Amino acid sequence: MSKAQNTGAVKKFLYINRRAPHGSNYAQEGLEMAMVGAAFEQEVAIAFIDDGVFQLKRGQNPAGAGLKNFTAAFGALGDHDIRDIFVERESLEARGLRAEDLLQLVFEDENGKRAEKSAVQIVGGDELAEIIARQDVLLNF
Amino acid sequence: MTFEANGARYETDKDGYLVNLGDWSAEVAEAMAGADGCEMSDAHWEVIHFLREYYAQYETAPAVRVLVKAIGRRLGKEKGNTKYLYELFPYGPAKQASKYAGLPKPTGCI
Amino acid sequence: MLHVVNKSPFEKDSLTTCMRLSRPGSHVLLIEDGVYAALGGGAFAARVRESMAARKFYALGADLAARGLGESDLIDGISVIGYDGFVELAASCSAVQSWV
Repeated sequence: MSKAQNTGAVKKFLYINRRAPHGSNYAQEGLEMAMVGAAFEQEVAIAFIDDGVFQLKRGQNPAGAGLKNFTAAFGALGDHDIRDIFVERESLEARGLRAEDLLQLVFEDENGKRAEKSAVQIVGGDELAEIIARQDVLLNF
Repeated sequence: MTFEANGARYETDKDGYLVNLGDWSAEVAEAMAGADGCEMSDAHWEVIHFLREYYAQYETAPAVRVLVKAIGRRLGKEKGNTKYLYELFPYGPAKQASKYAGLPKPTGCI
Repeated sequence: MLHVVNKSPFEKDSLTTCMRLSRPGSHVLLIEDGVYAALGGGAFAARVRESMAARKFYALGADLAARGLGESDLIDGISVIGYDGFVELAASCSAVQSWV
């Protein structure tokens, strides 16, 4: 939600994910919505907070539980021009996870050149609070 | 709905996309294209194979804008543009090529 | 910026996360089961008071009344507002974040 502003300008959208990946449909829907939203030429970023950080855990193999591995689509975010992927450090640490436990999302630029590091950025709560405050539209999953 | 090719019947959704990914073969793709009056060239196959690899890796069928970008990045700018891809697939590169590639309808397509 | 919390802090971590990820100077509105965070004698009262040093807290009156809570049950300094106040608050803020 945001105040109605001038039309036509690119707005900053942040998709906030706070739920674990497989216990409900929120995570998958959040990812699909972010990918659809990016098609409207807006500035789209994604943040993972609380149990949402589990969505980026590497090595997920949900087939045995009869679930679709929708997290594979995180690798396609670069093609949707979603390159700001924030993970809150406090949420990560509270769950005993470290940076190396997360998916490495290394995207290519317009010319096919691969980035030097993962697009996943671990940021402290204070920095994430600033990022949230800069958005025009916040969507929660 | 079903689609018939080479004497076999395949289950499809209401838009003609294969329901079971495992039903796909090059022959099915040829037959689907033939039914639309589209003759498959090497350039068509390159896009089909690109889409199948994309889906195998990311488990999502890209919408058209995303497909154009992804092809531009991986196969080169001369192919990663709307004009080139619409000439190959006039019904919409993402929708039409995904169908022949045996993938579900792309995310974000209406 | 306006942050809205609609979950009980005893059930979900929405309030804790909101207090961690809202900048000083933010407005925090408690609605629905979120109003239980406003209880003066509750286990979250100390943390809410601490957060209130840098943030303005509100609770929606209709949701308090529905749950049998009155202003005397609340942490001192939390403003009780009506739906009109909610609308005014949202309109005066640059964006709204709902910690669902």
